[in-house]
Amino acid sequence: MTENMNILLFFVSCVLTNNFIFSRFLGCCPFLGVSNKVETSLSMGLAVTFVMTIASLFCYMIYNWLLVPLGITFMSTIAFILVIAALVQFVEMFLKKSSPTLYSALGIYLPLITTNCAVLGVATLNMNNGYNLLYSVLNGTFSALGFTLAIVLMAGVRERLESSHIPACMKGFPITLVSAGLMAVAFMGFSGLV
Amino acid sequence: MSEKMKLGKVISNGIVTENPTFRLVLGTCPTLAVTTSAINGLGMGAAATFVLICSNLVISLLRNFIPDKVRIPAFIVVICTFVTMVQLLMQAFIPSLYDALGIFIPLIVVNCIILARAEAFASKNGPVASACDGLGMGIGFTVALVILGSIRELIGNGSIFGMNVLGASYEPMLLIVLASGGFLTYGLMLGLFNLIVKKSEDKKKRKEAEAA
Repeated sequence: MTENMNILLFFVSCVLTNNFIFSRFLGCCPFLGVSNKVETSLSMGLAVTFVMTIASLFCYMIYNWLLVPLGITFMSTIAFILVIAALVQFVEMFLKKSSPTLYSALGIYLPLITTNCAVLGVATLNMNNGYNLLYSVLNGTFSALGFTLAIVLMAGVRERLESSHIPACMKGFPITLVSAGLMAVAFMGFSGLV
Repeated sequence: MSEKMKLGKVISNGIVTENPTFRLVLGTCPTLAVTTSAINGLGMGAAATFVLICSNLVISLLRNFIPDKVRIPAFIVVICTFVTMVQLLMQAFIPSLYDALGIFIPLIVVNCIILARAEAFASKNGPVASACDGLGMGIGFTVALVILGSIRELIGNGSIFGMNVLGASYEPMLLIVLASGGFLTYGLMLGLFNLIVKKSEDKKKRKEAEAA
């Protein structure tokens, strides 16, 4: 019972209070780059969720069952990034064979995920915080859901911004950043919830 | 002489014309996260500059040996080696900065500026030019981080580089140091930068029109 409660609290903390974008600044590049339309940003969010969950699992196993016994934990960054790159490649090939519709929906976003700092970030955070296997995977999934929430909300805002009157020098990135700042203020309201 | 001038142009290109932070809008995650104070910005900039110069140099030397198909993983491994070196050096010699930058040191690996320069410049140019490009881009990134860090520290804490500037009576605006302030400051600075570039371009055009 208490375990379920803990997981629920962990969910709230990952998605709302410690939102990856609005409080940790992880994954800002795709957040600013691909948040033009609601549909594409939703696909991006789902692709990231998928990869982050699997990456947390694999990075946990590699770190605790390979790097720690061998005493080469200083290699963690290089091991994680290779695991992530290989995973993304593998997921891409697998999706291409098994589900062409999903593949064409995620298509161009998959390779971009390798250099998404949220994925490497979640692996490093799991390692630094010493989460166990269950919590590492949950952290991956929940944080990615928080990322998806943020990028979809932002896409909604940006679709409205398209049709509004903005000074020329603020068009594009500047106004997006300012709106993201205002959204971060709103997300600050969740702090203290957990 | 002309060789030297070319290298100078490569360096100034990274600092002004193609400033990674204000013109190309690359590497936004560390830019937003570490600019809570000027000194953190400087530390992050220095670390990224070191990695940029070294990785550009090595990738440029290896550019004829790396098969085209596996170039991205090969680049990432080279970058990762230097990032790990920086991480260990910083942990040993500047532990306070290491704690302040935290997770963002290993994340230099996925900083798009570094991979972008490896792909766009170092894989096509000689080692000396590539190292200069790394230096220019690194300085451009550092300058941008220090500017943003100084503004946020000044408004949010009343100090620059830890020295109190605005006096004890100043009521610090905490919001600017928090997450949302990072987005706001960066967005407004980017807008200002666009305005300046547009003004100077207009001036140039007017002069050309007058000359014609």
